[in-house]
Amino acid sequence: MTTTTATPRGFGYRHPQFRLAGLLAAPMAWLVVVYLGSLFALFLTAFWTVDDFTGQLVRTFTLKNFQQVFTNTAYLSTVVRTVSIALLVTLFALVLALPLAFFMARVASPRWRPLLVALVLTPLWASYLVKVYAWRAMLQPENGVIAWFLQPFGLSGPGYGFVGIVVTLTYLWLPYMVLPIYAGLTRLPNSMLDASADLGASGGRTFRSVVMPIIFPSIVAGSVFTFSLSLGDYITAQIVGGKITMLGNVVQTTYVTNLPFAAAVATIPVVIVLLYLLAVRRSGALDNL
Amino acid sequence: MHTKRLLKIAAIGSAVAMLAAACGGSSSSSSSSAGGASGGASAAASAAPAPGGTAYAGPVGTGEGQLNVLAWPGYAENGSTDPAVDWVTPFEKETGCKVNVKTFGTSDEAVKLMQGGGWDVVSASGDATLRLIYGDTVQPINTDLVPSYADIFPDLKMQKFNSVNGVAYGIPHGRGANLIMWNTDKVKQPLDSWAPMFDANSPYKGQVSAYDSPIYIADAAVYLMATKPELGIKDPYALDQTQFDAAIALLNEQKPLISEYWSDALKQEAGFKAGSNTIGTTWQYTANLAKSDGIPVDATKAKEGATGWSDTWMIAKDTPNINCAYKWVDWIASPSANAQVAEWFGEAPSNAKACAETSDKAFCETYHAGDTAYWKDVYYWNTPTANCLDGRTDVKCVPYSEWATAWSALRA
Amino acid sequence: MSISRGTRIVLTVFALIAFAFIYVPLGVILINSFSVDKNLTWPPSGFTTEWWGKAIDNQGVRDALVTSIGVGIAATIVAMVLGTLLAFALGRYSFFGRESLSLLVILPIALPGIVTGIALNNVFTSFLGGLTIWTLIIGHGTFCIVVVYNNAIARIRRMGGSVEEASADLGAGGWTTFRLVTFPLMRSALIAGAILAFGLSFDEIIVTTFTAGPGITTLPIWIYQNLFRPNQAPIVNVVAAALVVISVIPIYVAQRYSNADESGGGLI
Repeated sequence: MTTTTATPRGFGYRHPQFRLAGLLAAPMAWLVVVYLGSLFALFLTAFWTVDDFTGQLVRTFTLKNFQQVFTNTAYLSTVVRTVSIALLVTLFALVLALPLAFFMARVASPRWRPLLVALVLTPLWASYLVKVYAWRAMLQPENGVIAWFLQPFGLSGPGYGFVGIVVTLTYLWLPYMVLPIYAGLTRLPNSMLDASADLGASGGRTFRSVVMPIIFPSIVAGSVFTFSLSLGDYITAQIVGGKITMLGNVVQTTYVTNLPFAAAVATIPVVIVLLYLLAVRRSGALDNL
Repeated sequence: MHTKRLLKIAAIGSAVAMLAAACGGSSSSSSSSAGGASGGASAAASAAPAPGGTAYAGPVGTGEGQLNVLAWPGYAENGSTDPAVDWVTPFEKETGCKVNVKTFGTSDEAVKLMQGGGWDVVSASGDATLRLIYGDTVQPINTDLVPSYADIFPDLKMQKFNSVNGVAYGIPHGRGANLIMWNTDKVKQPLDSWAPMFDANSPYKGQVSAYDSPIYIADAAVYLMATKPELGIKDPYALDQTQFDAAIALLNEQKPLISEYWSDALKQEAGFKAGSNTIGTTWQYTANLAKSDGIPVDATKAKEGATGWSDTWMIAKDTPNINCAYKWVDWIASPSANAQVAEWFGEAPSNAKACAETSDKAFCETYHAGDTAYWKDVYYWNTPTANCLDGRTDVKCVPYSEWATAWSALRA
Repeated sequence: MSISRGTRIVLTVFALIAFAFIYVPLGVILINSFSVDKNLTWPPSGFTTEWWGKAIDNQGVRDALVTSIGVGIAATIVAMVLGTLLAFALGRYSFFGRESLSLLVILPIALPGIVTGIALNNVFTSFLGGLTIWTLIIGHGTFCIVVVYNNAIARIRRMGGSVEEASADLGAGGWTTFRLVTFPLMRSALIAGAILAFGLSFDEIIVTTFTAGPGITTLPIWIYQNLFRPNQAPIVNVVAAALVVISVIPIYVAQRYSNADESGGGLI
């Protein structure tokens, strides 16, 4: 982290604070005023209620919304369900991404690497909606692709539900897990691996003790995406989830009639993600995004 | 360093100031609604002026060239669903008002979208109309400016859900019942009852499709009217706490039977095609579309009675396109367009003269357009209020906001 | 590190399976875009190129595409300006609150889209009176900043300050240094960031549904509205397939630009 001050000799040189202030003014105005401000305003509404009949906001302070969320087992189970989905997706993405990234970085010849990276990136450009819809088609109980494969065995497609959501989300966020790990692995100097071998470590030992600690920040960086993107998703649940709902669905359906309640529910994933980010910051993963 | 900090403080300060302004200057609507809210669905005897201000005095002049329409799917077809089905383009040609249509899946969506602004007209069902009226979102309508109004069936005019204190708030559109639909390949005997949708031993467990809106609680109440008469439910939108809890309990029992809750009619249709839905509650519109797409389905009104809707075209309160708005509501209620919508969607038209314009001459008969007996056990969507809609004064009924809360807890 | 042959084979097979997993759904989309069936039945009962023709003629698709491109470009410009400014501020100076600020930049993309969406929607409908195309651009710009910022700050850190100092020693003023020295070094990172930002905005649906004014239809909104409509669903497949095919170009370009410095050192 360089902390050099600006060098050109002008007003800006003599007064680096102004130069800094000038640089920061616009982004700060945008991020703090517009973005943070709107988040704060939303958080405020979580303490209000709506008029019974007209649905207009009633601006009196109350904790009723939070009470409702935390005392109702239905909502609590939704929180648990959503967090489990996010964790499972992160896990499966990791399980798929790690060997794949390893293959791309270490096994495939360097000539192929740009192509492999491009192959991993390409699905990101196919519309998110269409990919989910493709999975809806594949998961159909009767006419889906998976049903078609399973037909000779007398089984029908998996249909829509928890499994469908996890599989689809894993599919969607896989590139976000592969790329940071791949980047981390390519930055791994060969000399370290040679040194480890010179010291007598087997391949597995080297992997566990040398490679993993170095790419751990990359793994965490990838997990930030897969975890937080899954935590807040609701469209996938709508399309392949059957009657399963996630936190995002609760927010989406209630914000229409009861914004304060939706805001209260929305604070839950925000808090979870914030905690996750703060915990992750220490591992240096945020620099690897 | 100092400047940086000062800048930060200034930024945060301005954000706080912005919010303080919001808190201080509360919108006038919350105070005006307080007056009207207690009246509930029945004509409120409040001395306050009619919500929504005064109606447009007219006359209806040249169009402003633009009209943003919020409609139920199938109500404002512009050829994009089926090139042969289009009554929007002729309207655009005749009036010069370019129409931009957005469809919504539930009344809650409609209310929220209208409150967000930008929409000129909306086709509102009874469970949205009163919220829009008392929320100051729509304006009263001057029926003298709508020539088609004269031919509307009398039992649709000035109803509890589209008028307040003798002031009309919209033009009736059409009406229909919520039907039960089944896949004829899998269900050998035609259905005639809601029982397979609620019974724990239903043979269609895991393949039932129900409507994803708090108003669906009324459907459970209708079923209870037939199966548990001891609860004493007279109006499925007037439920006291005991009756309401019974309806919610029934819906919780139904949950394991459900494959998907639908708010997008076409998604429900796709589910029938995919095989994930075998039976479900639906609109005639969806059944018609499914049949025309080659999906083997049939639909009918269940014998226990059904919920239904009677829709009203309403005009947004401060719409800039007032002339186009009036032209639209007159157009859509005129015999020709009204007939086309009714036939496409599958509902009874609101304009008596439309019956002569339908391509199927027996249409009005099939849809019971003038048959009052048919509509007796169809309970049009309405807005539940704390003052019981069935007139009971000894108990308090559960208001819509609690319907919504209970529904979201059920769906979670 | 020598990887045993057995491990190599296992990894290669695994990679093949993984790539198959990634591409089978895309293949399904592509095949369905030629399928005769209007619903997503598998296997397709016949093939036709009819939908491709219809997609090109479809006015809705064309309008949505134009809107998406316009919004994408505007959001990218916003993101480029703000992201670069931020990257310079955080990369070259140390000040109170720098760590928090770097966390703040990530928030729009880390927090669930629906939260950002309803927060912005709430503010826009309460204060600005309604949603327009500008509210949409604001929404998109906000989460695109981080993408540009990441690329820019990575490059700035690698650049070090010595080149700029040398330029100043040779007598160049602030703006000249930026124009002739700093910017050319940054260019490839900025282009990579811009392409990613554009891609992000182009495909965004959640924040878009909450911040776009009535009547504004970006391509993802058009897709969302037409996903389930039997007459339009095949066209949606065509659009998706086309997107994948066309996207090869920006991916290739982004790759080239971000690889330029992979091989150690800047362009000097």
